[in-house]
Parts: sequence; C-alpha cells; structure tokens
Amino acid sequence: MKKRFALEDLDCAHCAQKMEDAINKLEGVKKASVNFMQQKLTLEADDDVFEEVLKKAQEEIKKVEPDCCIVK
Amino acid sequence: MTKKQKKSLRNIIISAVIFVLLIIFTHIDILPQLFHNMWITLILYLVPYLIVGFSVIRKAVLGIAHKQLLDESFLMTIATIGAFATGEYSEAVAVMLFYQVGEFFQQYAVKKSRNSIKELMDIAPETANLEHDDGSIEEIFPDEVEIGNILVVKPGEKIPVDGVVTEGSSFINTSALTGESVPRSAKPGDSIISGCINGDSLIKIRATKIYEDSTVAKILELVENASEKKSVTENFITRFARYYTPIVVICALILAIIPPIILGDPLTWIYRACTFLVISCPCALVISVPLSFFGGIGAASKNGVLVKGSNYLELMASIHTIVTDKTGTLTKGEFKVNKIVPAGDISSDVIDKINKIKDGVSVPEDIILTAAYIAEQMSTHPIALSIKEAASAKGISLSESIISDLKNVTGKGVIANLTTSDCILAGNESLIKAENIDVPASLESTEAEKQATIVHIAFNNTYLGKLLISDTIKENAAKAISKIKQEGVKEVIMLTGDLKSTGEAVGHELNVTKVYSELLPEDKVNKIEEIIENVGEINKVAFIGDGINDAPVLSRADVGIAMGSMGSDAAIEAADIVIMDDNLMHIPAVIKIARKTVGIARQNIIFALFVKILILILGALGIANMWAAVFADVGVAVICILNSMRMLGNKKY
Repeated sequence: MKKRFALEDLDCAHCAQKMEDAINKLEGVKKASVNFMQQKLTLEADDDVFEEVLKKAQEEIKKVEPDCCIVK
Repeated sequence: MTKKQKKSLRNIIISAVIFVLLIIFTHIDILPQLFHNMWITLILYLVPYLIVGFSVIRKAVLGIAHKQLLDESFLMTIATIGAFATGEYSEAVAVMLFYQVGEFFQQYAVKKSRNSIKELMDIAPETANLEHDDGSIEEIFPDEVEIGNILVVKPGEKIPVDGVVTEGSSFINTSALTGESVPRSAKPGDSIISGCINGDSLIKIRATKIYEDSTVAKILELVENASEKKSVTENFITRFARYYTPIVVICALILAIIPPIILGDPLTWIYRACTFLVISCPCALVISVPLSFFGGIGAASKNGVLVKGSNYLELMASIHTIVTDKTGTLTKGEFKVNKIVPAGDISSDVIDKINKIKDGVSVPEDIILTAAYIAEQMSTHPIALSIKEAASAKGISLSESIISDLKNVTGKGVIANLTTSDCILAGNESLIKAENIDVPASLESTEAEKQATIVHIAFNNTYLGKLLISDTIKENAAKAISKIKQEGVKEVIMLTGDLKSTGEAVGHELNVTKVYSELLPEDKVNKIEEIIENVGEINKVAFIGDGINDAPVLSRADVGIAMGSMGSDAAIEAADIVIMDDNLMHIPAVIKIARKTVGIARQNIIFALFVKILILILGALGIANMWAAVFADVGVAVICILNSMRMLGNKKY
C-alpha cells in the first residue's frame, strides 16, 4: 500500500532529508519519501503492518523535528 | 500562517524591540549602574535571547536526547552559548534573532511558492451535476461519475470528467491546462477534457471516462509526483550537505582546541569556533535548489507544459540533440487527397465488379477512390482517414465492410480480400513491387509528386492508378526549429516513415539538420538508439512525438516529449514532458525555462558556497565576526530563496 500524508510544521529542508533516510531504514518500509516543498510524506509499506510502520515513522519524524507531525 | 508561525513572529518582534532598547541604552550610557555590572547586563541580554531562542534551545535539548547532535538548533545553541561565554552578549542575541528571522522567512517563502503552484493546479473539479433519466439533477462528487452518465456543466464550472458534448454549445477555457488563452469552441459530438472551464453557456456531456482515468486526475498525479524525481544538482546538494556540516563542526572543534594550546588566549579561539558553528548549517543550499526546480516546473505548467521531474528539466537545459517525429508533430497530421491519377482507362470488368459493391460509379478517378475506400475502410491510419474523407465528400460510402481478410503491411499499406472474392491492394511503391504488380512507365512518380505520400491502388493485381496525399506543415514549425537552435540545441533530426523524397522535402523546408526517412515504427527505436550512441555519453537526446505510436521511442530517449496530448493518457504516461496542446513553440519555451532554472540553481550554489567559505576563512583569521557569520548563514539563505522565487512569476515564455 502506498499512501501520501501531509506533514505539519516541517521547517527545514535538511531535516526532511534526515527523516527520509531514517524512515527508509525502518523495518517494513518499501519506500518512503519526504517532500519538503510539498510538506508531504509518501509511504509505501505492506498492508498488514502499515499502521505500525506509520506510527514508527511518526516517532522518527519527532526525533528529527519535535514539532512536526503527520496529518491523518 | 500556522499557530506556530504566528507565535514565532510575535517572539521575534518582542525580542527585537528589547534588544534594540538594550543596545541604545548601552551606547548612550543611560543607567551606568546597571550596564557596568557584567552579571546584570548578562541577565538583561538573556531576556530577549530566551524569548526568541527558547524554541531553538528546546529543540536542541530534545535533539540531544534523540542523538541528533549535528542538528542546526543544537549548533546554534552551542554557538550562542559560546558567544555569551566569551562576553559577546549582543552578538549572541543577534545571532539567535537573525537565525529565527531567517527561519521565519524561509517558511514564508516556501509556503508562498507552494501556494502559487497549488493555485496553478487548481484544476480539480469539486462537484459534478448528474442528470437522471427523469430529468432531475443531482450534485455528486466527480469520482462518483460512471461512464455513460449525462452531466450538466453550467457556465463557469469545471468539466468534471472527460466526455463528449451531447447538448448545447459553448466556449471552453483550456488555459489552466494548455496555457492557451483563446477559448475553444465545443459543440455536440466534440470530445471535451476535464479540468477546463466552461465558458458562456450550459452544456451537457456524456462521461467517457471515470474521474480517476480522466485527464485532470492524471495531470494532478503527475504534478504531485514531479518533485520526487530529483535532479542531479539536488542530489549533489543533499550529498554535499551530509558532509559539509560534520566537516565544519570538526574544524570548529580543532579551532577551539589546538590554537589555544599553542598560542594561548582560549576565549578568542572559542569565539572564532562559534562563528564556524553559525556557518555550518547547509540550509540555504538545501532549500534553494529544490525551490528553483519547483518554481521551474511551476513556470512550465503555467505555459502549458507538464514536466514530470526536476531531472528532466535539468536535462532539457543542456539538451544536445532533439529528434522529432514528422507526422502529427511537425506537420498537422491532417492528410488530404490532393489528386487521383488513373493509369489510363479502366477495364469494364473492373468497373462491373466495383459497381456490384457500390453502384453508380463510372469515372476512373471515382473508381480508384472507391477501391481505396473499400480497402481502407477498417483502418484508422491518418492516410486511411484522408481517403475515407475524400470518399465521403463524393458521396461514396458503404454501410458495412465487405472485407473478409485484411493484411496490414506495417508502414507499407494494406491488402484486402473481399467477400466477393476480389482483392484490393492499397499501398506504397515497395508493396506494389513486392506483389509484382506492373506500374505503367507514364505513372512513375515525378519529382514534384514525391513531396506527397503516394498510395497505389491495384484491383485483382491490375494496377488502377494512384492517389496523391499530402500533409500540411504546421505554420510555426520552421520558426520553432530555428528558435530551438537559438536556444543552443546542436542538432534537430527528423524521423519519418515517409519516402526519402517526401521526408527530405519537408526537412529542407524546416531547415532541420538531418532527416532519416522510410522508417518503420520499430526502426525508430533503433534509430534513436543509434543517435544516442553517436552523440556520446555526456550529450543528451530528446524525442518529440505525438505519443500515439511512438511510446517506445519516447521512453528510450533521455527526455521523451509528447505533444498534443490533451486527452491521450497513454501519451501522458509514456512521456517525461507533456505538451498539452500541439503548439511547437512550447519546445523552445521549455528549454528557456529549464536553462533559467538550472542557471538560478547554479547561481545559488556558487554564491552560497563562496560566501560561506570566505567567511569561514576570514572567521578563522579573526577578521570576520559573528555578524558576518549570521549573514553567511541567514542572509545567504534569504538571498538564495529570493533568487529562486524569480521562477514563480507569471511570465510567458
């Protein structure tokens, strides 16, 4: 499943890159990209673990930028 | 502005006011008892510092907990604490203040450019008016529309899905999709594209596609994905940023430790190391390069050109060779039967047989046309369409096909076996020769005739005559090609399935550098591979086609450009750059946009690197202070962003 989410308060372009790298390293993630210009996260992962992966992705995002959250 | 942004703006203003007051007080030496005490001064300066910098310090602390040590908040916090430690209170506050101003401005700029693209892509229809069988109208979402539904589109509304006009006629504004400001007329029977705006009067349309497959949905998807395909420049910057910060931070550490051991005076060196930390953030680069490409893609779409990724825009900026298809791209693709040349009298036997299929035809020209019509009846090739059109103009038509077996010789013609056990051949010279049909010497084509496409007709292996069919060159084709060359493209090569003489005649008129003719569709892929090999690894090749038969060629070229693609989702899928209408002038325009975009990105990189490296050197030598470092960080970022935003204007290219 591939889904796109809006990101709120993603403030720095360099951080977007860091998040992308971190999320891509998560288990179950097929491909993730964080687009700073559009403030969007595109996440591709297996259906059965998707919600779990999404939660972990949120944690990774918080690590890089504490205020940034995924809008569901 | 989000809540967070409003708050940060408020903090910046409060902090700036306090900061300015403190500076003034210090300079006019008011209240000396306060400002001559170091500890009280420190506390006074900490007030504006904490107001503006609290969020940064908080992020830095959280960053330490998450092991994000090279985070810019952390670096800024260390640098400003360092400045306080060395007694430079006002500089510490200034650094934090300007850093926040820069951040605020960056967010504002990015948001503004994002909105300007969003506005531009404001083509998504919100509702559709479904007309039920009983005439009642229901408002539904576009994605609920089913194929065959009748939809009412009021003046000023967006066309919700691709369809065909069934009732009413109106003018349709296609400018959001094509950049073309002149509205198109739409009348019953015309197909109509979703995302365009209905002009002056109410029309009804029958949906031919569901929303998901409609042009508007395809375009939106394409634009959404465009910035995911990154250009070489963007990738370079991302990689560069990964090394830049750690290297500068290590330099700062060295600067803070080694010189004091040798030379003493630790405070001076710690201050210099702090200026390094201020410059160590790569954000100006990381933000301004994608911003330029984002703007470039936006500018292209405003001009009716969809670019599927920054990488393609980057390639177009330095494209070496443009290969173009002839029919439908350089020419209108509207063929017309100009002349019918019979090979003398036609035998009564043939006339009888033709009349059995279609009676009342006696003139040799009409007999040839009828035969051609019968053979090509099932075909949708542009040549066949022109024959059918010529036939219907003469009132020649058949209600049903009488072909029992049709052999389609690709690029050459057709051989049709009829239910009356006759056989009609319609094709070019090589097909006639392959079938061993004699052509009278008087009918050999003259030089003048060679500019046209010639279709020979034979009935039961007897040569009847030929049809001369020609295509018209688009009005602005020659101008577009000369413009393309002006934009620095070295070679413009034309590929065509037509005869050499036809191809060369068109090629000469349009002043292309090379013509390859008599190519079958599969040859075109080989040809493009050959061209790609010839220009070498560094030089890139683009291919322009109409996207109907040339999808493999489009995908094989470094950049595939599809033209006249409104409504053809196959073309939108196969190409890298999609030109919505069939105006060739968009090609030099997109090259121009691409060059400007890449130019801006390069200016930003060079400017930012130059200033940063310069200030690093001067900072290490003690010539540049922290004010200069703040400029190298925030000032440069702001200037780069402003430079990138030049791409966002409403300029027509």
